[in-house]
Amino acid sequence: MSAFILIRLKAARPQLALLVLALLVNVFVAPGFLDLRLQDGRLFGGLIDILNRGAPVMLLAVGMAPVIATRGIDLSVGVIMAISGAVAAAGVNAGLAWPLAILAALATGLVCGLWNGLLVAVFRLQPIVATLILMVAGRGIAQLITEGRILTFTEPHLIAVAGATLAALPLPVVLALAAAGLTGLLVRTTALGLFVEAVGTNPRSSRLAGVHTSLVLGAVYVWSGLMAALAGLIATADIKGADANNAGLWLELDAILAVVIGGTSLYGGRFSIGRSVLGALVLQAMRTAILRAGLPPELNLVLMALVVAAVLTQQSPAFRPLAQSLLARFKNKEAQA
Amino acid sequence: MDMKTLLGSRKISRQGLARRMLGIGTAVLLGSLAAGCDSGDKKGLTVGFSQIGSESGWRAAETKLARQGAEQRGITLKFSDAQQRQENQIKAVRSFIAQGVDAILLAPVVSSGWDEVLGEAKAANIPVILLDRQIDTPNVDLYLTAVTSDTIEEGRVAGRWLAGKVQGRDCRIVEIQGTVGASLVANRKKGFEEAIATAPNLHLVRTQSGEFTRAKGKEVMEGFLKAEAPGSICAVYAHNDDMMIGAIQAIKEAGLKPGTDILTVSIDGVPDIFKAMADGDANATVELAPDMAPRAYDILLAYRKDHAPPPKWVQTPSKLYEPDTAAAEYARRKDLY
Repeated sequence: MSAFILIRLKAARPQLALLVLALLVNVFVAPGFLDLRLQDGRLFGGLIDILNRGAPVMLLAVGMAPVIATRGIDLSVGVIMAISGAVAAAGVNAGLAWPLAILAALATGLVCGLWNGLLVAVFRLQPIVATLILMVAGRGIAQLITEGRILTFTEPHLIAVAGATLAALPLPVVLALAAAGLTGLLVRTTALGLFVEAVGTNPRSSRLAGVHTSLVLGAVYVWSGLMAALAGLIATADIKGADANNAGLWLELDAILAVVIGGTSLYGGRFSIGRSVLGALVLQAMRTAILRAGLPPELNLVLMALVVAAVLTQQSPAFRPLAQSLLARFKNKEAQA
Repeated sequence: MDMKTLLGSRKISRQGLARRMLGIGTAVLLGSLAAGCDSGDKKGLTVGFSQIGSESGWRAAETKLARQGAEQRGITLKFSDAQQRQENQIKAVRSFIAQGVDAILLAPVVSSGWDEVLGEAKAANIPVILLDRQIDTPNVDLYLTAVTSDTIEEGRVAGRWLAGKVQGRDCRIVEIQGTVGASLVANRKKGFEEAIATAPNLHLVRTQSGEFTRAKGKEVMEGFLKAEAPGSICAVYAHNDDMMIGAIQAIKEAGLKPGTDILTVSIDGVPDIFKAMADGDANATVELAPDMAPRAYDILLAYRKDHAPPPKWVQTPSKLYEPDTAAAEYARRKDLY
């Protein structure tokens, strides 16, 4: 088992290096960032903030990584967050018991995922188009549920989804890590991961080899929908209200970015849950640093774009030989001088 | 009264939801049907209103007041929801012209591209009143008047209140801006900075964008609280109430008391900020009055009576509300939004 973990850690070296770099920027921006303290049975500190704020995108990335590995994409996850949050909030406000409201929200995510899966796996729509349908229509559905306003609620158990503490960590962090762990186990200790990668690498030959491709395809979208619903519950509980217009807005793009930073190719094939989660954390660490640096807010997006561009070019296979030859030429010149 | 009973009246019944779904789906149709039904009084005015959409609680309130105001004045209102698209608004204006309405209210979704269709209205001798937003045009004769708030003044009112509140005491202020790039954001910032520039004891130490949402407002405030020395922030200014509601949660979770340890002032006057003020969690809000359409009706009726053109810009008052009236204001507004 430890050898297994060691191999995984070695594979994740680029992502870990990035995360360390992003954390160093945070330390530079805010000294004392790494300080951790235990208060009232809960850990506080910059690292915990990043994990806590990053939890929704971590969850989305956990769902997105298998989807992308099948050469697909799920653009609807941000919207599923809004719908499931709206369902939970409307549920408790209509007098539904909180466990039922949470179950209803998760079931909503499953149904949304099933819809996407049906379009992709059965009707063979291109994933980008199939999930675009829900992405466009879904906010309207969420607005219908909230009647166009922010649905505030006071149900303490629902609020606890974002506010409670478990094992000294905020509950969203525990949920995200548990979901990542469970998904990782599912895909790596069974043949599921292999099936997903096979479908992504070559759907026809994997079908001929006996893989039930439609089932695998459908399942990854259902799982993505479920993860998005969980993320939506956290985001909704965090602000004690369902904001149909803004909950999860553009987060599908963050999730895709996290998976790509995690080294998964958009052409499908190999994927890693752990590295996708690290990708999500890198994004959040950068965002936290930018928010705390005290720079003009106009720079937020520019800085984020520069960082992402640098990270992705560094990962590009075409970039490395180029960089190496440039480096070699530079060294030659130095030697001549 | 606890939150639960307050919310009780807002909970969604199944019929309410179904009605709402029907209402959105056939908004235009139903709107014109409804208008047709109460057009019994042939002598009354008929006014067409092209609304942007229903993207926020404030806009829904503006629409509601437009309908109520029309009813009170015996005006037949033809309502059209543009769902955030200019081409829908242009179509609506053309259809109002074809129906021979007496006047048109237009809440423009964008500022440019209106010259042609407003020219058609002018040729048909139908006065147009702009609501809530101005347009860019070289020919201001295309519309009768614009009824909007003075967004710079809103910032000034907030700044002046804060200066008066802290008296001569040194005060470090943090600002949560709206979405970068919006003229509204630049104006609310400018007005606030103008108002506090006269008081050397007020210092704006940090500013960051909360993108007008609760979730981002909360995240930005968390960042401010971490980045500044503990207890050193004296006040927070947010460009809208939703971001402030998020910020209030962040302040509470940091173990501080919003409204006491950190003063708050924000803009819009949505019901939830009055609730927060009534609970002692917020100090002040500057209202962006949603009764733009009733004001426009009165201008229109006066214009038809004495034919004196109104001023090109009619500003709605930017009134500041404090906790003393919050409970009553909340009760007055909660059904409007």
